Amino acid sequence: MAADTSSDDRGLRKGKWAPYGLLSPGILWLVLFFLVPVMILVRTALSSKASRFANPEFSWQFSNFTSAFTDYGPQFARSFLFAGIATVSAILIGYPLAYWIATQGGRWKNLLIGLVVVPFFTSYLIRTIAWTSLLKDDGVILNVIHAIPFVPQDFRLLATPAGVIGGLTYNFLSFMILPIYVSLEKIDFRLTEAAADLYGTPWQAFKKVVLPLSMPGVFAGSLLVFIPAAGDYLNNRYLGSPKTSMIGTVVQDKFLVQFDYPVAAALSLVLMAIITTMVLIYSKFLGTEGLAV
Amino acid sequence: MVMSEGVAPPYLSRELEQPGKTRKGSTSSQRAGSRWGRRILTAFACLVYLYLFLPLINIIVFTFNDPAGRYNISWDGFTINNWLDPFKDQELTNAFIRSLEVAVLSISIALIMGSLVAIALARYRFTGSRGIEIFLVLPLTTPEIVLGASLYQLFLGRNVVFGFSTVVIAHVMFCVSFVALTVKARVRGFDWTLEDAAMDLGASPWRSFRKITFPLILPGIVAAALLSFALSLDDYIVTDFTKGEFTTFPIQVNNAFRVSFPPQVNVLATIVLIVSVLLLVLTSVRSEKGATR
Repeated sequence: MAADTSSDDRGLRKGKWAPYGLLSPGILWLVLFFLVPVMILVRTALSSKASRFANPEFSWQFSNFTSAFTDYGPQFARSFLFAGIATVSAILIGYPLAYWIATQGGRWKNLLIGLVVVPFFTSYLIRTIAWTSLLKDDGVILNVIHAIPFVPQDFRLLATPAGVIGGLTYNFLSFMILPIYVSLEKIDFRLTEAAADLYGTPWQAFKKVVLPLSMPGVFAGSLLVFIPAAGDYLNNRYLGSPKTSMIGTVVQDKFLVQFDYPVAAALSLVLMAIITTMVLIYSKFLGTEGLAV
Repeated sequence: MVMSEGVAPPYLSRELEQPGKTRKGSTSSQRAGSRWGRRILTAFACLVYLYLFLPLINIIVFTFNDPAGRYNISWDGFTINNWLDPFKDQELTNAFIRSLEVAVLSISIALIMGSLVAIALARYRFTGSRGIEIFLVLPLTTPEIVLGASLYQLFLGRNVVFGFSTVVIAHVMFCVSFVALTVKARVRGFDWTLEDAAMDLGASPWRSFRKITFPLILPGIVAAALLSFALSLDDYIVTDFTKGEFTTFPIQVNNAFRVSFPPQVNVLATIVLIVSVLLLVLTSVRSEKGATR
């Protein structure tokens, strides 16, 4: 590939030094403030700390990693469960909307997809606090729910897992809608007409043609929802309770309140490792199965 | 890795459409199943929009609240006083201004570095470009809490004063990748021989950049700027780890939440919302004009 002549490819140049010069400021920044810090985090995770205010000493302390699982198993389990449910909910809510915009948006498409981005322009924290106002026990939403017969009087949403999952779903929903929309937009919908010509029902056309072609969007969206949701601690702080604490809650508390750096570093690396593994498995699964249907 | 293509750019999707690509389409009646199916889908889409905007409506409505206590969470009566005195809370106002300063400075740095990376990747063919692309995606697939925690470990114990500069460093870090990927998606497929043509006609390299390259990448840069602005202004988790005693708007709101939640928070958030939406509309109208010309 590198041997092609540049003129064939609309002026794409075979660079000698110029591309590296253009890259260097940005890449250097990422190396200094992303790659190096993560390596330092690995080092901290393998250190031990004599007392609360002592400096961490590097000592191949692998027990930090084992205690990540033994002591904080429930928080890990909750993080992945909540993030998983939020991701699935975001697909179920977001896919139909993206499909509706892509197929029926017409000339309003740009406006309609632009509206999906608008919630981003208020602070994520303030949106979450707005949910506390909406979901509180005497708030608008619970008043409506309590009007439904047979709903128990003590039914509430704040400080419950449902509250936290609802917040996670809401806060990251746009990240699901946008990539699904982009992949649906690329589909040539004449394919569904072809399916109809071949006596396929609309549902078959959707299942066999549209859905497989839009899987890359669903995949990208799932990552964009799952990753921030699994590491989040604000939704739990405002919409949950100590009983619904997630791994982000523990990491934040250990770093910034208790100064227990080694265990906190180990916890965050375990989180990163599990997410990376899931990303790889998921991409492998979708790479072979999802696209070949 | 599979995700490197689809993950980041879809955010401001309409900006990512390739110039000159025509829509393959058919009439909407042929597209989506039966009439009833379409109606149900439309109704569902309206409900999703309601869900997306419910907290925003709540935020805006509560700018007109006259709270009885120190928490602007329950409706107590109508007033326009909050709008007459949006800067009443001095600390909040200062934090708000600091947030804008952080956003403007980090976006400027990230836009320059990210665009250079995008130009290098889109325009040149060089050894290691694939590796660079994967490296760019990594900060986006890393949970924010890991980014924050690792930066915290980098700065800690190195005589770095946590504050404005550490927050800016962090914000630049997570914006650079977004900028690079968004701008790159925009300039992919661009005909770089136009630059050669300009230079053949006697333009200096700087002039050909200014007259040819820059106008072509500008829409991508505008999209990236809007996105980074939202990301920076909105960020809580990474800022939480790099702030020290420094406070941005979301951090100040969170810190003050223990004792109060004044309506001015909603007013300032609404101002940001209105300005951002206006910018969004303005840029999309302009880019549409550009597309039809």
